[in-house]
Amino acid sequence: MCGIVGLFAKQENISANLGVHLSKMLESMSDRGPDSAGLAIYGKPLASKTKITVQSRSPKHDFQKLKKFLSAKKEISFSLKIHSTHAVIKLDVKQKDQVANLINDNFPNLRILSVGKKMEIYKETGKPAEVVKRFEIAKMKGSHGIGHTRMATESAVTTLGAHPFSTGEDQCLVHNGSLSNHNSLRRELIRKEMTFETENDSEVAASFITYRMNNGKTLKEALESALVELDGFYTFVVGTENGFGVLRDPIACKPAVLAETPDYVAFGSEYRALTSLPNIEKAKVWEPEPATVYFWGH
Amino acid sequence: MHILDFNKLSLRDINKTLQESDKNSFFSVRNPKGSHALAVGINKKITVKIVGSVGYYCAGMNKFSDIKVEGSAGPGLGENMMSGNIYVTGDVSQYAGASGHGGSILVGGNASSRCGISMKGVDIIVKGNVGHMSAFMAQKGNLVIFGDAGHALGDSIYEANIYVAGEVASLGADCIEKKMTKKHLSNLENILSNANVSDYNPDTFRRFGSARSLYNFNVDNAKIY
Repeated sequence: MCGIVGLFAKQENISANLGVHLSKMLESMSDRGPDSAGLAIYGKPLASKTKITVQSRSPKHDFQKLKKFLSAKKEISFSLKIHSTHAVIKLDVKQKDQVANLINDNFPNLRILSVGKKMEIYKETGKPAEVVKRFEIAKMKGSHGIGHTRMATESAVTTLGAHPFSTGEDQCLVHNGSLSNHNSLRRELIRKEMTFETENDSEVAASFITYRMNNGKTLKEALESALVELDGFYTFVVGTENGFGVLRDPIACKPAVLAETPDYVAFGSEYRALTSLPNIEKAKVWEPEPATVYFWGH
Repeated sequence: MHILDFNKLSLRDINKTLQESDKNSFFSVRNPKGSHALAVGINKKITVKIVGSVGYYCAGMNKFSDIKVEGSAGPGLGENMMSGNIYVTGDVSQYAGASGHGGSILVGGNASSRCGISMKGVDIIVKGNVGHMSAFMAQKGNLVIFGDAGHALGDSIYEANIYVAGEVASLGADCIEKKMTKKHLSNLENILSNANVSDYNPDTFRRFGSARSLYNFNVDNAKIY
């Protein structure tokens, strides 16, 4: 089991309270995934700037060191905001690759969770209520966001095994289900020079989609090829710069509910995840069809 | 009428009250908010009206009681029910009425995949569409679909009847269209009249059932061993 939530704001009243809504939705999915939780939040884009979200197991020490290290590089202008075990570095879009390389080369204890103009990823082990509190998700605003509560089956309960998994700049994936051919797919992707942090099956799905999109496929095409290549059970929700997409495997035993009102589109593994949303009783509520790609974008 | 409100009572308290109530009691359950396993294991004739949508396994193992959900229901509605009536005004999720032995389920909206899987005597009426693999391994009872049926309808079916007014995406293994005989037409009319459904044209329904070719071992397969 696992729980997935997603919220796409069509109106300002939802985006202003995106964090509040997503926190409640995520907490309602605690018994589907009590091991760890995570969210990707898409905020306002920054003009010619981008954001790198990094995670550390010893944040106090590591983030101070990182700040000092980057400040010493005179050509880099940046700001760094710490959210518990995560830090969001804002910097000029042109310096993104340089800084990412510097972090990877000099800070083996830091993990880059996401890069993007809008997206920030927060994920940790622990109950969903503790995770949303730790990162103060309720204070966050944004155009859309997706979240996941994890009940681990395929790999260890670690921060990096939590979802969402980044699949590229401003892109991420959450997964409910289990893949049976992830080991052979991982080997294939490693041969194509993709890198992996965990033994997790969902990371393979994320990498699979990233690889295809890096090679010119659209998100829709990448998801359609997942229907052919991935063996197992899955409901995926993918976040992109402009919105989110949903895909269920052809058997579709992993649950999924969508709701739409003039103010929002919401996704939940169950209807329970949606009951805290405004006017849910008036929403159009339905189950997405198996093997069908859905997408909502701004 | 007794009101049981989720804003004041726990699921366990509400289920206990329903299960231990006197015969012929009438309950109205408020604010279920997608709760799981609501109104399960009732084994006497009571009436339960649930105002709002429910989650997994609502009205499972039902015996004798009439349960109405004014909203939609999650996976496993009325699983293994023995008798009584369940009416959901909205949609139901996957495997509604799974392995049901008797009674009837009426769905006002759509049912998703595996509706009536392994049904053993229950009557299921869906006013909308049903998803893929509905009536999979259905043994006995009737599945009446007013809308369309998804892929692999009636796969490996035994002696249950399927009546469909809309389109069928595809039939599963050993499921075939059968002639709508007078006997089957009157069976259909009985099922619908028992469920108080009257707004339909019986001529629009087609009947599907087992070709019975999987009942016996096919000797041509012997060389595999």
